[in-house]
Amino acid sequence: MQESQVAGVADLEPDKKSEVAKAEVTNSQKPKLRRRLKVAHPERCIGCLGCMFACSRIRTGTVSLQNSAIKVLTQGGIEGDYRVVVCRGCDDPPCARACPTGAMEKRPNGSVVFHKDRCIGCGSCEKACLVGAISFGKEKKPIKCIHCGACVDFCPHDVLTMEEIPAEGG
Amino acid sequence: MLRKVLYIDLSKGESWIVERQDLFEEWMGGTGVGIRLLQEECPTGTDPLSPQSPIIFSIGPLNGIFPVATKTVATFKSPLTGELGESYAGGRLSLALRFAGHEAVVIRGKAERPVYISINNGDVKIKDATSIWGIDAQTTGVILRDRETGVGRRSIIRIGPAGENLVRYACVVVDTYRHFGRLGLGAVFGSKRLKALVISGTETVEVPDPKRYREVYNRLYATTVKTDVMEKYHDIGTSVNINVLNWLKGLPTKNFQLSAFAEAEKISGEMFAEMYLIRRFSCAGCPIGCVHIAALKSAYSTHHEFEVRKVSYDYEPIYSLGSNLGIESAEGILQLIDVCERTGLDVMSAGVVLSWATEALDKGLITPADTLNVSLKWNDVDGYTKALENIAKSSNEFYSALARGADYAAAKYGGIEFAMTLGKNEVSGYHTGPASIVGQLVGVRHSHLDNAGYSIDQKAAKKPMDAEAMVNEIIKEDNSRGVFNSLVGCLFARGVYTEDNIIDALGAVGITKSKDDLQDLGKRIFDEKYKFKVQEGFDLTHAHIPRRFYETVSTLGTVTPETVDEMLRLYRKKRGWS
Repeated sequence: MQESQVAGVADLEPDKKSEVAKAEVTNSQKPKLRRRLKVAHPERCIGCLGCMFACSRIRTGTVSLQNSAIKVLTQGGIEGDYRVVVCRGCDDPPCARACPTGAMEKRPNGSVVFHKDRCIGCGSCEKACLVGAISFGKEKKPIKCIHCGACVDFCPHDVLTMEEIPAEGG
Repeated sequence: MLRKVLYIDLSKGESWIVERQDLFEEWMGGTGVGIRLLQEECPTGTDPLSPQSPIIFSIGPLNGIFPVATKTVATFKSPLTGELGESYAGGRLSLALRFAGHEAVVIRGKAERPVYISINNGDVKIKDATSIWGIDAQTTGVILRDRETGVGRRSIIRIGPAGENLVRYACVVVDTYRHFGRLGLGAVFGSKRLKALVISGTETVEVPDPKRYREVYNRLYATTVKTDVMEKYHDIGTSVNINVLNWLKGLPTKNFQLSAFAEAEKISGEMFAEMYLIRRFSCAGCPIGCVHIAALKSAYSTHHEFEVRKVSYDYEPIYSLGSNLGIESAEGILQLIDVCERTGLDVMSAGVVLSWATEALDKGLITPADTLNVSLKWNDVDGYTKALENIAKSSNEFYSALARGADYAAAKYGGIEFAMTLGKNEVSGYHTGPASIVGQLVGVRHSHLDNAGYSIDQKAAKKPMDAEAMVNEIIKEDNSRGVFNSLVGCLFARGVYTEDNIIDALGAVGITKSKDDLQDLGKRIFDEKYKFKVQEGFDLTHAHIPRRFYETVSTLGTVTPETVDEMLRLYRKKRGWS
């Protein structure tokens, strides 16, 4: 797989590319595990949106809420509870199954990689994800979490964490 | 970065966008741009509640881009003081404006019938609000949330009945728990028949050098969360000061008759945190989470049936609606805050107006017939609740007078020496010494946050300062805060944004400034504001200082008129006004 095919990574600054690549190297060194972002303590969220800004800033080099693959939503306004929406990194990912062109591709270790060049922007992946973790950006292409963990460092209350799970077929 | 001003004319039902690159380059943004737009929009002698009176919102170059740059400034002509109106709010407003692509919004005119404005990126709609006119500020938010798009990234700002009824210190509620509290922006909304604004956007901001941006961001973020610069706001919150000020004999109590409250422990920040705090949240872009929410649970029957209200609290409302009214319970204060939230009253002015009225009734300046037999006694929560509701409705001549502020009411009924205002604005919760008094009096918006005189007094309590040193500090803060309020940062984070850090942060978004540039900007902004104040009749040489300030012992002992006069003389001299 070419790095440039992965959503978002093409836009990364060189130093961040290597961080993302490092995550993949880590995976290859420990073939039995893959890293996955997890919402560990949603009830601790204070709605600062630091994770969303981190995602856009580090993954795409922009200041944006729209470019973020993680979403912090309100339910019933600020006085309600926050809902933190992230890709669950499903073992049997419906986004990959729904994709008619193989743009959302399930890799041998179980993770899903997005190939922008194969995407026709049909929206099937977005519809397939009940969690709502896939959104469509301005380019009408899906924005999907790559489980790089950049957001975790900018959560002041440990709402987010990275976990290592057994890789499929590992 | 696009530097656009959105103009909305409610009389004509039109809106348009103008690029004002020069304006932002010369005046930075936020309050610098705000005062210049006010000068353009508001001719001398404009009635603040007339269609000609503008409402201006502005953000600055760091909003949404760096941590804790979370504020929006509203600039207007104050219906309370008749001169400069300036108020700051957090929540999600600055972020929503940033991503909608408007660094400033100017609202002119007056709608034919009640309206709200929906701003979604460049799409601006003026919509009918007849069916929600008269509805409380909280419910208005609930209704508009379902009507408008942008969940999770929008801001809803609205007024309650107090604003509709032109109470001169009505606030604008921002995202339920934040406010443009001071100086009566809510009444200006009401005068335009403007109930609310809903703002959201999906723009992306490109920074010139993403790598440098990340470096500066990481540094500021680390200072914010990993050092003790903001610890006070993170833990107990601003209300930690109740005990502190009480120990220092600086906590105004019972309309400044006392500077310490025997029951302070019962209404301390520690008490609120232990017994009532249920959660904290933050303005978008701030990792601190200083907004403290208490659960107020009250039984409405003997069958274990409860009303539960979630009320935000801070130091200032605990002073104004608490110690200042002799309230001895946290529940009582939460109840009074909740009334202000629903009706849309500024908590600080409301509390000080009620404390004046309590004394005025006790002294026989007003009668029970005036108050509609509402009991105004220290610690009488139910009486104060009814009085606040009567003020919001302007129920009779007396409550209409209270709705115009303590200064106006005292001019009508007497008691001007214990109507606790400075520059006609009801004072904040500090009787710390002369710097607090002088600071609020000379401050551009007569707020404790103009120059933090209360903090200078507290420094002087540790290491004595003479009048000149205090005045120097006030001037320094006056000017530097003008710069910070142009960015627009949260003043709680002023320790994070040192001059060097400001220069770095600006550099990362492509704005080059030197220390001299910033200091010059601060002074120019201050001068422009004073031009407006003087033009509208503010005269520092004839400003009234209630005698009560000199009668009640402060943190720095009894303050004498001579000390204050000397400081004012020095201040005018150093400003080049004498």
